[in-house]
Amino acid sequence: MISCEKAKLICNKAQYKEASFFEKIKLKMHLFICKACAGHSKKNGQLTELCSKANLHSLSEGDKELMKQKLYSDE
Amino acid sequence: MASHQLNPNIWVDQYADYLFNYAVTRVSDAEIAKDLVQETFFAGLKSAKNFKGDAAERTWLVAILKRKVIDHYRKINSKKGKAEVRMNYSSSSDSDGDWLEEQVADPFSTTNNSFLENEELGAAIQDCISKLPKKQSQVFVMKTIQGIDTEDICNELGINPSNLWVMIHRARTALMGCLNQNWF
Repeated sequence: MISCEKAKLICNKAQYKEASFFEKIKLKMHLFICKACAGHSKKNGQLTELCSKANLHSLSEGDKELMKQKLYSDE
Repeated sequence: MASHQLNPNIWVDQYADYLFNYAVTRVSDAEIAKDLVQETFFAGLKSAKNFKGDAAERTWLVAILKRKVIDHYRKINSKKGKAEVRMNYSSSSDSDGDWLEEQVADPFSTTNNSFLENEELGAAIQDCISKLPKKQSQVFVMKTIQGIDTEDICNELGINPSNLWVMIHRARTALMGCLNQNWF
């Protein structure tokens, strides 16, 4: 059986679809017996759902640098 | 009353993403939105002496951005007379079906109803992200919003994958707590 530490890692990877099939089975088995992790995992899934629902946008670091240069160059 | 102060040096780091989100949902074009945000910062800097300190810095900047968005629509609307209106129905003229029936709004579509809620949700998440430590928020945004590969993030920031997952975990846990208070 895997540890909570390991379960946490797989759970986070699963949010980004980076967990392997075997890892997901191990996670499911862990969640079955560990209620603390099961609660956390559920919340984690909700967070992913919210983030995708909110349709967030962001500027890349490069864009921000460019903005800063333009903004502060004529001070 | 005048308890708020302007601090233009942190504007880009603190508010660029928030303002960008605000703009992009209204003009639905990333390039235009970026320009509007930049113009907002310029205008803010220029009229900083008019800031009375009644509102928080971000509220003040959003108010400027709002005017910029309106100006943007005024500008593109002034070309209205020259524009040609096209219905692209005929593009699939071989399809049979009721023209009217296909034009009415889809009653099962939830996108229209949830638009407002999603915008508020986006603002709430953005708020919570801005409260995270710099490094964590950077990793979280790159991974979750920009969808960059784990490997690429690690290369760019000079960290190893286990570092990355620890930071992701901390960021996610903090966000869950924050959203629990502000959203649910």
